[in-house]
Order: sequence, then C-alpha cells, then structure tokens
Amino acid sequence: MIEISHVDKWYGTGFQALKDCTTSVAKGEVVVVCGPSGSGKSTLIKCVNALEPFQSGEIVLDGIKVNDPKTDLPKLRARVGMVFQHFELFPHLKIIENLCLAQEKVLGRSHEDAMAKGAKLLDRVGLKDHARKFPAELSGGQQQRVAIARALAMDPIAMLFDEPTSALDPEMISEVLDVMVDLAREGMTMMVVTHEMGFASKVANRVIFMDQGEIVEDAPKTDFFGSPRSDRAQKFLSKILSH
Amino acid sequence: MNYHWNWRIFWEPAPNGTGTYLDMLLSGLLLTIETAICAWIIALICGSIVGVLRTLPSKTASRIGFLYVEFFRNMPLLVQLFLWFFVLPEVLPNAWGLWLKQMPNAPFFTATIGLGLFMSARVAEQLRSGIGSLPRGQKLAATALGLTTAQTYRYVLLPMAFRIVLPPLTSEFLSTVKNTSVAITIGLIELTAQARAMQEFSFQVFEAFTAATVLYLLVNIVVAVAMRFVERGVAIPGYITGK
Repeated sequence: MIEISHVDKWYGTGFQALKDCTTSVAKGEVVVVCGPSGSGKSTLIKCVNALEPFQSGEIVLDGIKVNDPKTDLPKLRARVGMVFQHFELFPHLKIIENLCLAQEKVLGRSHEDAMAKGAKLLDRVGLKDHARKFPAELSGGQQQRVAIARALAMDPIAMLFDEPTSALDPEMISEVLDVMVDLAREGMTMMVVTHEMGFASKVANRVIFMDQGEIVEDAPKTDFFGSPRSDRAQKFLSKILSH
Repeated sequence: MNYHWNWRIFWEPAPNGTGTYLDMLLSGLLLTIETAICAWIIALICGSIVGVLRTLPSKTASRIGFLYVEFFRNMPLLVQLFLWFFVLPEVLPNAWGLWLKQMPNAPFFTATIGLGLFMSARVAEQLRSGIGSLPRGQKLAATALGLTTAQTYRYVLLPMAFRIVLPPLTSEFLSTVKNTSVAITIGLIELTAQARAMQEFSFQVFEAFTAATVLYLLVNIVVAVAMRFVERGVAIPGYITGK
C-alpha cells in the first residue's frame, strides 16, 4: 500500500532531515513510528502524501508514485486520511461543515450525501450531538475525534496519524486512542507517529524507530518490545517505559 | 476677531445656481461617498489578490506582490494622483493621452483608481499578515484533504484571515473616506472642495468647514458602526472578534 524507498530530504542546503529511509506499510497493516523529537518521524509521514517534498528516493502509494510531477496530488491526497497533532479543524466552520467541505469540493458529493456521511461518522466517534457547534466549543479530545471523522469521510484507503495525542490532556488521550484502536481492528491501513507505546503494543503490526533522520529499527511489534536490536532504541524505550 | 456668524447661510441660495449652500455641500458629500466606495472596492479586490500573492510558495508570485506593495505605499497619495492625472497622459502615445484628457469625469476616475490602488497596498499587507497569523497546519490540513491551493484559500484560509483583519480593515475604509479629500487637487468637486467654494462665495469660513467636518464625521460613524455589525455577524465563538 505504502512503499517508501531510499528517501532523502534536506531542509535548505544544510540539514538532512531524512537519510535513506526505506520501509513499507502493507494493506491492513498498522505501523507505529516512534523516536525522539527531531528524529524525522513527522517529516517522513508528511512525505507520504507529499505535504513535504523530498529530494531523492521514491514513495509509491497504492501503485501511484507520489513524487512524480505528473501525479495529480490533490486527487491522491484525497484518498489518504491525515490527522494532525493540533487537530487543525477549520475554526469558522461548524463541526458538520468541517466534515462536508472536502467531500463536496473534492469528491463532488451532493450536500445531502455529504451531510448523511458526516452525521454517520460523527455518531461513530460519539459526537452526534455536537454537529452544530464550532470547533472552539469542543474539548481537545473531541476535536481530535472530529478530525479523525473528517478524514474518514473521504473513504480513505489509508490513514496517517501525526502525533494525534501529543497535544491532549492525559484524560482525553484514551478517547482518541479508542477510536484509533477500533479503526485498526476494522482493518484500516494505518501509519501512526506516536509515543503511545500502549497503543503500539495493542494494535501495531510493526514498530519503526527513527533517530536523526534514519530508520534505526523496523521490526514486528513483539521483537521491538521484546529485544530491540539497537542500543539507541533500547535507551529510548527504557526512558519512556520507566514511568 | 470681528466675525459675523451666520448659521442660516446653509439655506441661502448659492451663486452658482445649483440650489442652497446646503445642497452644494450635500452634492459634494455624495461625490465623496461615491469616490470612497468605488476606491474601497478597487482596494479590496486588488489588495486581496496581492495579499494572497505575497503568501504563495512561488518566489515569483511573492516578488510581484512585494514590488506592487512597495510601489504603491511608498509614494505620497498626492504624488500618485498627480502622476495618474498630469503625467500619465503625457507619457502615453498621443492618441491615448488625448483620450484620457478628454474623458468626461476624468477627476472622478483618476481619484477612484488612484486612491483605490494606494489603499490596496495597505489592504494587501494586512491580509498577508492575517493569512500569516493562521497556524501552518491549517493549510496542511486543507491540502491533505485534497483541496487545491485555490480551494484552500477560498474555503479555509481567507475566511479566517479576513475575520482576523476586519478591525484594521475598518480603519483602512475610514482612511479611504478621508483621503478622498486629496482629490480636490485634481479638480474633484467633493465635500472639501464644496466647503471651500462655499467659503469663497459667502466668506462664512467657519460655518462651511464646521459643516464639512460634521459630515465627514457622520459618514465615518456610519462606516464604523456598520463594520461593527459585520464583525458581529461573522464572529466565531472562541476568537478575537467572537462574543
């Protein structure tokens, strides 16, 4: 589904954010990407739907090359859902309008169809009663669930999560993770940048550990938590799992 | 000071045969309002385009925007009006120059376009800062949903950016009304010109300019109050212009 091979990215001319990154996410697979801040996790996931350009290597999404100038990027992006750390709901639109905008403008669905789909998804993330509110009237956890519903409204073939719980209060994290766990169990293809090791150990198929722009470790979940091969990953795990 | 006050002067017939002195002032006021509204429409349209240009990733686009803004805001308004009115017809090919000079209502067109372009540079700068103040993730989220750049601006960025810059835009609209008085120098018979004419005919200088002052004040109070209503009408819960 997602094939990433030998991707290099530089910011400007100096700093290399990604160094020869190669990995893949198969259909129905859940891959968690973790690592210290500045390690390139977010950059890597943003390269997948070409929100960040990269200089060499290639990424193929469902058979379509992302970094081919001939690729219709808006069309490709519409097929991949993305959830951001800071939710990024559109503040001037009501919740239901947030869900309808891209369905109507990008997929060309009728307003009625979009509303019906949106209502169904809001119900699914448990926010049916908030459809007519504005984003600022919802808690962080609720906003993030709306953001997930907004991405799902596009009927994505895969979902990308960029630290979806990092900006949330501890008590709101689980309500978002619950939605993500359900998604994973339904067989959604997911690439998730997160530090939630509980989530990783529950639903991930593989865990990728990154450091300084490199993929240091790419292993099945049990191997990663059982006996990470690299020192760096061991140190990282001992730090975040010690509390 | 031996000044003979005469507040009834407004109801006395003006020697130019167009009615009373009050009629004279009101016809000037009407022209002031017409000039201000037309100039403001030009300022909003050109300013929005240039403001957006300045925020696009394309280097060429933002450079064009930069040159436009610096050209129109770094020259005094008076000089700009003189350039359009006196210099432009001379530097154009003869036939065009003649056409410009013989155009009916030339002062009105020159004033609206000249003032409109002058104010558009200021509108552009404010819109640019409004767009710049939005979180970067807003654009990413819209892009990730598959919206094109044009759709992202139309449905996501501009609705918020305009709301944010509405208060300073109100000031710009008020400036536009006041700046119409500069057009007296190219022969536009607007409110200030009529007040001066009244003073020359009647020697009632204080009454004439008191009336002009009050009329300017009234117009701007109407504008400010109207803009307050607009601000309230588009307010979003949880934002600066919100309740």
